[in-house]
Amino acid sequence: MVKKIPIGPYHPVLEEPEFFELHVEGERVVGIDITIGWSHRGIELLSEHKTWDQVPFLVERVCGICSCSHPFAYVKAVEDCAGIEVPLRAQYIRLIVAELERLHSHLLWTGLAGHFIGYNTVFMWAWKYREPVLDILEAVTGNRNHYAMLRVGGVRRDLPESEVPMVLERLDELEKNNELLTKAIVDDPVIHARTKGVGVFDRKMCRLYGALGPTARAGGYDVDARRDHPIDAYDKVDFDVILCENGDVFDKAVVRQLENFEAIKIIRQCLKQMEPGEIATEVHEIPPGEGLGIYEAPRGEVLHYIRSDGGNMPLRHKIRAPSFNNILTNEVSVVGETVADAGLITAAVDPCYSCTERVGIVDRGDGGRWVASEGDLIRMSQERTEKIRKELQGNRRNG
Amino acid sequence: MSLAMKALKKSPWVFHVNTGACNNCDIEILDCLTPRFDLERFGILLVGSIRHADVLLVTGPVTRNCLPRIKRLYEQAPKPIKVVALGACGCRCGIFKDGYNIIGPLDKHIPVDAYIPGCPPKPEAIIMGVVKLLGTL
Repeated sequence: MVKKIPIGPYHPVLEEPEFFELHVEGERVVGIDITIGWSHRGIELLSEHKTWDQVPFLVERVCGICSCSHPFAYVKAVEDCAGIEVPLRAQYIRLIVAELERLHSHLLWTGLAGHFIGYNTVFMWAWKYREPVLDILEAVTGNRNHYAMLRVGGVRRDLPESEVPMVLERLDELEKNNELLTKAIVDDPVIHARTKGVGVFDRKMCRLYGALGPTARAGGYDVDARRDHPIDAYDKVDFDVILCENGDVFDKAVVRQLENFEAIKIIRQCLKQMEPGEIATEVHEIPPGEGLGIYEAPRGEVLHYIRSDGGNMPLRHKIRAPSFNNILTNEVSVVGETVADAGLITAAVDPCYSCTERVGIVDRGDGGRWVASEGDLIRMSQERTEKIRKELQGNRRNG
Repeated sequence: MSLAMKALKKSPWVFHVNTGACNNCDIEILDCLTPRFDLERFGILLVGSIRHADVLLVTGPVTRNCLPRIKRLYEQAPKPIKVVALGACGCRCGIFKDGYNIIGPLDKHIPVDAYIPGCPPKPEAIIMGVVKLLGTL
């Protein structure tokens, strides 16, 4: 008999409130129903009532973690429309802030995934290692999050030469710590048992569902907007696009961990290649027309479209965030897995789905419904890890 | 001071709700629990059910979808409960004030005991807000 388990729409830590309804037969998940729209704030309409220079402040609040990616795509769209040349120094500063954001986003995800499978040590470590990144961002931009760094035609603040040694020192420290963390994840037999072959989303399905970012690259679908549509100085720096082939949760974690190294590499190159100069072009008006901005956010490709009638506000502003594509991949990757794994799989695409605030169980037979206390999914998931750990220890003893 | 209040002051358990925030406040709350700030050493704990909570921590401007839920959560909460509005959005809807789907701010719908402004507030500011709130009990 099919039962339904609603998850959400609230969890204590999250990207945006989402609602998943799992259809289960015993332990197996046979279907999933996804509802989004809980935190709909009407940003597109709001932005059509703000001036060109005010909109970056609004779009960086689309998502707190991608608060450089959305303004980046927006300013590229406006610059595309008006044909503005950005000074080289500003381009490098943009890249530095954007890649720092990628670092802090990926470390955040690793920590939450660790918490989800009952490895709170990974959670605490990853978040501890993330703090230096926020320190750099605070020194460079003035704020830990919501950097307010990008503007049409350049950046708002210069990166003072006096900060560069500190940034390099923190990056060295981070690289060492990230290596430790990566090894801990790759070598751990329990993490292997919990994540390998779980929630597989292969290359063919990635193509079909239009998966983006690490979700697609873990499945071997070679897509990276930084390389495919290089904006600003991305064609002047050298970096690799990380690809895996299985598309399971393990690969998604590995892709993110290895991308951290690439991000550190890009920041180092930017700091090296940067030369003193202007940080912004004076922009007087945006001519009538339309523009498209594409940027690879930590979660995938983000797209902004703007249309101008020559006035001081956008006539139309369209935003497409990567999570929208990626959340739908759950429809395939969760089916056939157990309930204990469902939470982990939906979290693996990084909608920051990490804690379920409450779990209700609906029995279709008599329509009865009861609400269990929070974190039932997490508890089940953690219990499963514990079981596997004991089994592994048992095998070692017997063998 | 009643026994309930005394117990509440020693180890306030926090239930956290996002009513349409951009996540940054939520991340900073979690950041408070991780090694650098480590609020848990003061007995402050994030709990998963409102029925276990002493403090209701709300981030975000209240969207139309979220309003019935936040009202219901407030009704379900064991009293006395302290409500904290976190971030510019929680306090006064912030940049989303004019949005058509926003019917906040929070204090229009449920009584609020403390406001922690900032976009997002730094973990230090959150800790200070909590300490000030406990000082009033």
